[in-house]
Amino acid sequence: MSGDNNSFVRTEMISERIPPAADRGLVKWVRENLFSSAFNTIMTFVSLWFIYSLVVAAAPWFLNGIWDAETVRECYDLLDGKSGACFAVLNERFPQLIYGFKYPSSEYWRPNLASVLLLVALAPILFRKLPRRLLAFSAVYPFLAFWLIWGGSILTSVSAFLGCVIAIGCYSRFSSRSFAIAVLIGLIAANVWWIIGGYIVDLNDSVLALKDVPSRDLGGFMLNLLLGTIAVCLSIPLGIALALGRQSDMPIIKWICVFFIEFIRGVPLITLLFVANVILAFFFPPGTSLDLILRVLIMMTFFNAAYIAEVVRGGLAALSKGQYEAADSIGLDYTQSMRFIILPQALKISIPGIVNVSVGMLKDTTLVSIISMFDLVGMIRGPILSSTDWNGVYWELFGAAAAIFFVICFSVSKYSQWLERQLETDRR
Amino acid sequence: MAEKLKLEVSDEIAIKVDSMNKWFGSFHVLRDIDLTVNRGERIVVCGPSGSGKSTLIRCINALEEHQTGQIIVDGTELTSDIKNIDRIRSEVGMVFQHFNLFPHLSILENCTLAPIWVRKIPKKEAEETAMHFLEKVKIPEQADKYPGQLSGGQQQRVAIARSLCMRPRIMLFDEPTSALDPEMIKEVLDTMIELAEDGMTMICVTHEMGFARQVANRVIFMDDGQIVEQNEPEKFFRNPQSDRTKLFLSQILGH
Repeated sequence: MSGDNNSFVRTEMISERIPPAADRGLVKWVRENLFSSAFNTIMTFVSLWFIYSLVVAAAPWFLNGIWDAETVRECYDLLDGKSGACFAVLNERFPQLIYGFKYPSSEYWRPNLASVLLLVALAPILFRKLPRRLLAFSAVYPFLAFWLIWGGSILTSVSAFLGCVIAIGCYSRFSSRSFAIAVLIGLIAANVWWIIGGYIVDLNDSVLALKDVPSRDLGGFMLNLLLGTIAVCLSIPLGIALALGRQSDMPIIKWICVFFIEFIRGVPLITLLFVANVILAFFFPPGTSLDLILRVLIMMTFFNAAYIAEVVRGGLAALSKGQYEAADSIGLDYTQSMRFIILPQALKISIPGIVNVSVGMLKDTTLVSIISMFDLVGMIRGPILSSTDWNGVYWELFGAAAAIFFVICFSVSKYSQWLERQLETDRR
Repeated sequence: MAEKLKLEVSDEIAIKVDSMNKWFGSFHVLRDIDLTVNRGERIVVCGPSGSGKSTLIRCINALEEHQTGQIIVDGTELTSDIKNIDRIRSEVGMVFQHFNLFPHLSILENCTLAPIWVRKIPKKEAEETAMHFLEKVKIPEQADKYPGQLSGGQQQRVAIARSLCMRPRIMLFDEPTSALDPEMIKEVLDTMIELAEDGMTMICVTHEMGFARQVANRVIFMDDGQIVEQNEPEKFFRNPQSDRTKLFLSQILGH
């Protein structure tokens, strides 16, 4: 525009052009991220030097590692004064690290099969694109896995499964009348069936029977995976229910939920585990004893659920009031508006928080080693390190435990990021 | 100015509000509201902000609870009985200032959700109805998109279609054009005018006085939680009686 004439009319529109070469691709990334200023250039070289010396220092330890030896002394003999890891312990004690030291070795195929099937059962829950019919297997899986890991007659699992089917059947039969009545009838029907089923199972306890493995014989990473998976899977629905309960208009339900959440959150998990181990037994009539794993599971589920409830509450609070009002104004009732409008959005917001808490729970399963259960860490601290054969092989064992947990937790975290992107419909 | 709509108003009463009062805490938002709306009436409610006009129409479908007095919608009295409330809400459509579409559902799903789950209409039939109303608001081609991909005007028209899919007998509009850019206001108002031509009973809270002149058969002016003046639009705009109305009109029409 010239100084004396301020009017301007564009006669031709400018078409799009690509940015200059220095502002594209790898060159742009390197320039912007590594060499954007003198200070950053220096820091880049310092970091490169640091990474280099770290690799140089650690590489021999890994590369000289001994994978084949019977004892730690044999390891040192083979290393002959060089620095190197004694990975042989992982090799020799592998079954103990994975299954614990009491699980009968002839039955290792059972937990193996259960963990492979776990992936199959989780797949349709984690990936919405898979055929929905696979969910039927996910529903059967918990009962199948129980039979595989603990053994006994398959009738126990079948009976438990049928009880659940009966409960759901009764619920959906009566749910159109009243929610509370339907739940009550479902519970009664299931319990009646379980009592009858119990007698039938007792009479035929050899049908398709696998060798019994008592809970105290479970151990190793299998125990961590078992506790973590079950606690996380149960605590998500319980957490959602608690979060909704906390928002309830009914004061008694609200107070129960608030008290539960605040109490559980205010107590360290390790305290709850000691309670599960020692004190809980006092509350049951003499002679009856609840399985230790079950007691620990209850505590872990409660603990995780309390945290998830708070995460979900945050998600619920993040939704605008307009969403609740719009759902109300088109005539949806409470259950429908929660199911179709509120929870899908609130849970999407809560995914990072839920995953954060659940990954923490997965790792906290190693705390059971303190109440003398032999999980992965319990096995390392107890039977392996205290044996004369492998005394003092700390780095290799704990490093391996860290690596196993890292792989699992990192995959879970990557999955959650992928899921968040999948559900991102509002900012496309 | 477009041609004034001439439409029959029936004698049948659609909404009756009888000496209704509402408080927010100790703040008296609505004071002794009396209002009778016949079937087929198009009513525009205007007034300064905070005068209680939004609260009034939110009381009519129980988004807000009134404390004293009576509201009868379509022959059913609004009480705390949840069954009555759900029934009235499915008969009364509501359009919000900020659209409040469901961002995680496609446009078509937004429109079919309530018919399928509340009216128990088969999915296919509900989708046909939804497409019919999306055509009516002139955006059938957006059916598979998500609300976030649409402009404000398009979103508001989807919101209107979503309400219409429930086949309501009464439509409430809560400042439907206040959050829109000027060029989008017209497309929403045109949709509302079409709706009025079809004989829908409407209550609109709006500051679009052109719309009021053209469509409304009655204009209600509210201030301080009470109805200050109501009249036919011609008389209301040409010859307002109360000083408050005169002041308000001079402020919004003065520039």
